[in-house]
Amino acid sequence: MEALIELIQYIVQNLINALQRGSFYAVISIGYSMVYGVLMLFNFAHGDIFMVATYIGFGIATLFLALFAGFIPGPLIFLATIVITMFLASWIGVFVEVAGYRPLRSAPRASAAITGLMIGIIFETSILILLGAKRLSFPPLMESIAYNVGGVYFTNVKVMIIIISLLLMLALHTFIQKTKWGMAMRAMSYDFLAVPLMGVSINVIAPLTFAVGAGLAAVAGILYGQAYPILDPYMGVIIGWKAFVAAILGGRGSIKGAALAGYLLGFIEIFVATIFPSTLRDLIAYSIILLILTYRPRGFFGMEHSTKLRL
Amino acid sequence: METARKFIKTFSNVPMLGWLIGFFAAVLIEYYWGYDYISYYLGLPKIPVLFGALIMLKEPIMIPGAIAYDLIVYVIPILFIAKVSIFFTNRVAAVLEKTPLWMSAIIHLAFFYGVLHLWAGINDYRVLIVKLTLISIILTISINVINGYQGEFSCSHPGFMAIGAYISSILTLYFFVNDKTFGTAVLSSELGPWLFPIALIAGGVAASLGSLLVAIPSFRTRGDYLAIISLAFMFIVKSAVENLNVIGGARGMGGQPDYAPLPIIFIWTILCIWVVHNFVTSIMGKALNAVRDDEAASESMTVKTRKTKMTAFMFGAFWAGIAGGLFAHVLAYINPGMFSINRLAEILAMVYFGGLNSIIGSIVGAISINVLGEALRPLELFKWIIIPLILILVMIFRPYGLISFKEINAKKLLRSKHKREQGA
Repeated sequence: MEALIELIQYIVQNLINALQRGSFYAVISIGYSMVYGVLMLFNFAHGDIFMVATYIGFGIATLFLALFAGFIPGPLIFLATIVITMFLASWIGVFVEVAGYRPLRSAPRASAAITGLMIGIIFETSILILLGAKRLSFPPLMESIAYNVGGVYFTNVKVMIIIISLLLMLALHTFIQKTKWGMAMRAMSYDFLAVPLMGVSINVIAPLTFAVGAGLAAVAGILYGQAYPILDPYMGVIIGWKAFVAAILGGRGSIKGAALAGYLLGFIEIFVATIFPSTLRDLIAYSIILLILTYRPRGFFGMEHSTKLRL
Repeated sequence: METARKFIKTFSNVPMLGWLIGFFAAVLIEYYWGYDYISYYLGLPKIPVLFGALIMLKEPIMIPGAIAYDLIVYVIPILFIAKVSIFFTNRVAAVLEKTPLWMSAIIHLAFFYGVLHLWAGINDYRVLIVKLTLISIILTISINVINGYQGEFSCSHPGFMAIGAYISSILTLYFFVNDKTFGTAVLSSELGPWLFPIALIAGGVAASLGSLLVAIPSFRTRGDYLAIISLAFMFIVKSAVENLNVIGGARGMGGQPDYAPLPIIFIWTILCIWVVHNFVTSIMGKALNAVRDDEAASESMTVKTRKTKMTAFMFGAFWAGIAGGLFAHVLAYINPGMFSINRLAEILAMVYFGGLNSIIGSIVGAISINVLGEALRPLELFKWIIIPLILILVMIFRPYGLISFKEINAKKLLRSKHKREQGA
């Protein structure tokens, strides 16, 4: 009985950690999936958009804390940081679309992928040049309080990360299902040839999609900064590629698939790390993904048709 | 503009041999007078390694000197000798034209290698650059088979390279070197250089077997799944190597014997160009292009699509493994971090810069990105803004790369330009 309770505690403990880790992957991989849905190509700069957004969030948070800490309540500062960072980061998304993807609308998809990769490298290098190689640490926007419920330890930061991510996804779902813009995006991913003929310009919808994805990445960045406060210009590469893998695992262009696969990736990583030595984490996580894709090449919610990569 | 065109036209009757002799003369000038006279009088501290690019970026005051050096040592002698010698070189080229193509090609290549050896031998740094560039050429051609001729988007080349590098290093360390991890040498170390090709090929074969892990699941469906599965494969290889402490783990593996001097790498590069060229112009290669353009149609035309795709993929992986093996023996140190996302970005940059579906494009891409990377080294971080920007511009204005869908025609390249002169 003792052992069983301990096991349950252990599982629940890791479940919370996995939910937290999965939240980042889920929110970021939604950005990949949305762009894929509209443009049928992956935004390889998304990981670096996330990185730049985290740096912006860091700047805003530091500024606000320096200016207003004390006479404006903490949660308000937190909210203001999120909103302003989302706004600024979405312009980065628009910039990437206009500078990197729009000129290549009619070009082969692989070329657009290369452009995305290169924009990512430019972002990383720019941050390195501007801020130097020193590692900055994200200021805590919220006092961390640890709770112990029935032997399971968690902090309010962890809970907040999980809840904000879920709320964000809910908001995105409403946006896509209920608003006119969301309908345009859905239509575009349904048929990107006919929809422009109906008066919905791809040159409006594509930047919008990039902006929404970048806004989500910005929130993920701030939350990531709360959980793992060390900032690093290459963090976008590590997190971004994993989120990309999650987006594929969920099925190309499927937002709910991407979210689900993001959480799954978080679970795999955390549970592998608790059972095996943590150096094996990537090895086992990617092997599982390879195995899943072998038997289900479309991913979880992938579209039925398989498209050929135009050269 | 008109005069420039006329000026270029006056060189239209110079055969390849003429350019080689011009290059030879330039290298001789640099070899005998480069340090003692030319760079001394131009106020340069030493012979400019990469056509003065490094020195120009480090000390802008040296720019006129470096440009003058380039003109005196390279541009003027090459143009002058090439033009003056046309009478002689066209005759020789005409004689060579009558011999079988392979013989003519070997003579040209041997001559070219001699000149390259002399040029690189002036400075150790140049030797290293030339070696790494040649390896990049193999690598770029091998990925072009998959990303260009086959029209897929493969991300696993660093993984194949790592397999080739580790397998061949293990073999050479085990058999020919007294090493801490693998104990005393099994065979005499004198045999090493002779059996090195076998170690390399073993690495290549291992890489192509590894590629089956990607190929079998991903060629059931078309599309981006190859991209993701190959990406996962790359990460798997990297973290597998990191966890194998027998071969050094994340610390890496060093002490590979120096079995890869410049001539060996040059021979492998030429071999790669020749074999891949034959492969892509063979029936199999044409079938590969057909599968890329329309899989259903090609299947109805009796192309075994799955077999074709698998063969090409394994073939590309094989050469990536060879490149990895050479890479390990040039640097005499490898670690798993070398075969990661950064390497992938570099390989993709080379192939998409040079041009898809073209061997000559791959050569151009590999040389450009490597030389650019070395030449811009003094700019440090800004290098990583300039190179991506150049690549983005290439992608916007030439989406398939600089020289795409073009093949080398060795016969046309090497022929005498004498006849055209008579006809005019």
